[in-house]
Amino acid sequence: MKPFTVVQGPAAPLLLDNIDTDVIVRIERIARHKRGEFARWAFEALRYLPDGAENPDFILNRQPFREAKILVAGANFGCGSSREMAVWAIAEFGIRCVVAESYGDIFYNNCLQNGVLAITLPRREIDALAADAARGVPVTADLQACTLSSPGVGALGFTIPASQRETLLSGLDEVGLTLRMAQRIDQFQRQDADARPWVYAGV
Amino acid sequence: MNGAMRGRRDEMANTLFEKVWDAHRIEELPGQVSLLHVDRHLMHELTGAAAISELEARGVPVRNPGLTFATIDHVISTRPGRVDGDEDWSSAMIATLREQTTRMKIARFDVDDGRQGIVHVTGPELGLTLPGTTLVCGDSHTCTHGAFGALAWGIGSSELVHVLATQTIRQRRPKTMRIHFSGSLRPGVSAKDMALHAIGVLGASAGTGYAVEFAGPAIRALDMESRMTVCNLAIELGAKIGLIAPDETTFSYLRGRQFAPRGAAFERAVAAWRQLDSGSDARFDREVEIDAGAIQPQITWGTSPEQVAAIDAAVPDPGLETDAGRRAQLINALAYMRLKPGQRLAGIPVDRVFIGSCANSRLSDLRAAAAVARGRRIASHVTAWVVPGSLAVKREAESEGLDQVFLAAGFEWREPGCSMCVGANGDLVPSGQRCVSTSNRNFIGRQGPGAMTHLASPAVAAASAIAGVISSPAVTGVSR
Repeated sequence: MKPFTVVQGPAAPLLLDNIDTDVIVRIERIARHKRGEFARWAFEALRYLPDGAENPDFILNRQPFREAKILVAGANFGCGSSREMAVWAIAEFGIRCVVAESYGDIFYNNCLQNGVLAITLPRREIDALAADAARGVPVTADLQACTLSSPGVGALGFTIPASQRETLLSGLDEVGLTLRMAQRIDQFQRQDADARPWVYAGV
Repeated sequence: MNGAMRGRRDEMANTLFEKVWDAHRIEELPGQVSLLHVDRHLMHELTGAAAISELEARGVPVRNPGLTFATIDHVISTRPGRVDGDEDWSSAMIATLREQTTRMKIARFDVDDGRQGIVHVTGPELGLTLPGTTLVCGDSHTCTHGAFGALAWGIGSSELVHVLATQTIRQRRPKTMRIHFSGSLRPGVSAKDMALHAIGVLGASAGTGYAVEFAGPAIRALDMESRMTVCNLAIELGAKIGLIAPDETTFSYLRGRQFAPRGAAFERAVAAWRQLDSGSDARFDREVEIDAGAIQPQITWGTSPEQVAAIDAAVPDPGLETDAGRRAQLINALAYMRLKPGQRLAGIPVDRVFIGSCANSRLSDLRAAAAVARGRRIASHVTAWVVPGSLAVKREAESEGLDQVFLAAGFEWREPGCSMCVGANGDLVPSGQRCVSTSNRNFIGRQGPGAMTHLASPAVAAASAIAGVISSPAVTGVSR
């Protein structure tokens, strides 16, 4: 996984609430495409018109946001389906950081697994940041300092659980980390099988 | 929440959620992240086949094949007589999962053994879903299994690989919410209406960051299938975990099921399961009370499950919305749904009706729909499907003659799968058509690009198929 330290670039304001993962990437794309093939299908329902042409009104079809590194969204971003391809699509488009009032909980975890930083900020700060970002100025997300800054707004602090921050900074893979705890897992399962044999019996 | 507060809550561990969470903690990681044991890992072909391939590419074995279970639901065809997908790519995906699970000795519930079905229907009916367990699956509607007092939630592809490799998962502890349904439901009002009403009142992001316990007399009065419907929609409230404390209804449902414990082992398990409730002094981060007696049959009118109203209500007027953001969302939703402010919901013409999905495809759902359809015909311009949730549900329904009721009324009676809820297998609502659906998502393009979805209960869906317009069962009964 690509470590996340500092990301700087255009931040696209997409201030709608409840943007679901079906809107971020459609089911037939995830069924028929592989990882690495999703960049053009990110936000398909918003990005293209019914005839397949680009929707000129959609923010990611406008400069400088075609090169957006950060996305600024409303509440409950990434709600709905567990499809991790929603994060793959955003990341393959070039976005390394999402800023929102809140997230679908499964989407949030999927971001962590892919080196995408999902920052939670209050609506007031999001509105200010979005207004500044709309000018096309570079916005900087700094995970070392836990700040998000833009020229007009200055630096906004954010918080993230320590273990999640460490994983993102190091780019380490959780599977590898947990496999090192195999003995502890063995021990848990032995004790648990005595306490709750029905979980393990017959399987 | 500060550390002292959290510490006190840990000591008390008096909510159902905390009891189950704490019993599965293997390690605490910095920042309120726990390494949790996973008791049951359910898989399906859409995300499962790729995850196993990824694990194999890393050269890591499946840690506990005996705690891993697979079925085929998302891309399988629902045409009568089917065994595979409708297209080469979907058949290939199914073949991959079949080959992998056979080779790795992962139990698979499939067409040839009569146990295939939607993963959230087969898990409970086989007795895999047990109170006090942790259960994950690469599907957001895994919250359905919370109806048994299990902690069950959907995971992404990377987490899937982690669970396969380690039988554990790293999770940040959610906050807790209790939604207390007081009173009792009026006749003709279903569990689906309870859930949609709650989402409408509280909003689609109210549960974000929470594990939500559904409680109160109106929940206790529900059978297991209805409880599954309520928990199924927890994710549409924003909560990836929804749960209900187990009781005698739960225990009697589980007794004798294939993977449930038997004999003395069952009694021992029940004794432990009886401890799984939230104590009278339980503290939640948020508590909500809803009067079940005031709930009417619901139908969604927009592109989020929170955009819902009683069937006899009207489409809201964006002009009356004072918040600019919400007004813009309303205008977008009405434009996509081709509806006008103030338009009555009852009477809107429909093209399609879909009765199925992990929300509403169990035997009681099909009985409720059949009770409305019996002796009637669907409107001539409507295409209506019934897709049972599993082969077991299909067999039971056929033994009661429900298939004949539906066929005589003009419905199609199909094979089990996720089907038109998500259209992964190609079962789509054509662009520009309007569908009353018993599924759980009315997102833009969910049932197909340009498809317009109205979520409702099985009885409302059947009534709308017959009337050819959005209709409540009571109205259909009078008018026809």
